[in-house]
Amino acid sequence: MPATYEKIATNTLGSAASSITFSSIPATYTDLRIVLTATYSATTSSGGQLSFNGAPSGTLFSYTRLYGQGTSPTTSINSNQPAITPADTSWTLGNTMPDFYTYDIFSYAGSTFKTVLTTNSQDYNGSGSTGIKVGLWRSTTAITSCVLTASVNFATGTTATLYGILKA
Amino acid sequence: MATYTLINSNVLTSSAASITFSSIPATYTDLVLKASTRGDDGAVSYADVFYWFNNDRGSKYSWTYLSGSGSAASSSRNAATTEINMYRVGTRAGATANTFGSWELYIPNYAGTTGKPVSTFGASENNTTAAYITAEADYISLTSAITRIDIGSYSSNFVSGSSFYLYGISNA
Repeated sequence: MPATYEKIATNTLGSAASSITFSSIPATYTDLRIVLTATYSATTSSGGQLSFNGAPSGTLFSYTRLYGQGTSPTTSINSNQPAITPADTSWTLGNTMPDFYTYDIFSYAGSTFKTVLTTNSQDYNGSGSTGIKVGLWRSTTAITSCVLTASVNFATGTTATLYGILKA
Repeated sequence: MATYTLINSNVLTSSAASITFSSIPATYTDLVLKASTRGDDGAVSYADVFYWFNNDRGSKYSWTYLSGSGSAASSSRNAATTEINMYRVGTRAGATANTFGSWELYIPNYAGTTGKPVSTFGASENNTTAAYITAEADYISLTSAITRIDIGSYSSNFVSGSSFYLYGISNA
């Protein structure tokens, strides 16, 4: 039986890449957790997008987000998206100070729609953003791969780790 | 090596102004600190909790938080300070008796040689009108490995029963 909280795979980039893929995920756990510490090749555009069973496409994702940039908090809803993005997509990306993201994916191997809870932590010593997002993937297919993408490259040294969590 | 390992814990049997985890080994990938805290002074129900690394009180700490009180949401930040302030994640004497705030730090790549991002999350529900839930992004411009963590409560001692658990997570 797998451990309660077990690393399935980790990927530390030896060179810049626009995506990180965890494939052939076994169905033996209850939930999945991805921890991503990322820097980027540029500060503009979006990063840390998560899609399942392939690159971002289609309209099966929706999400509700809450985030703050040190001023007034913001909340909004987006429907029919190709992927789930970090809570604050308006924020610049870190290319010297790392961005930190978590993704909790519940009942990933089940035959119902999949709920995802994400967090983003991006403080840059004088500016920053932190937020929480709940997402829904309207697919009854088991998740066998997770793909992290950015519209610019993830920089060398970016690390993503996939954990399996077992309640049985 | 197990993936998620308890490094050390401290459950207070008497009040303390601060607590310290020292001699943290560099053998893990990430650290997680989980705590349940209550301060011993003040008429209000909530307390900020502070932490700093390696006993370094230089101007290396910055944070951005997002918080909700049940009636309003807020976000603020600070930079170049001497410690991280986790906004109202603990309770104190004005809170309902026997209630504690619960909070967590996640510290990725704590043994690395780059600046340290930290994610924190905490809540201090106590069955009154003033309770808080806070998410915070922190950044510490410390390029040495983290070997020590100190934690203090705003203007008060942590009461007996406050608990602190430090875990190491390995992705090796």
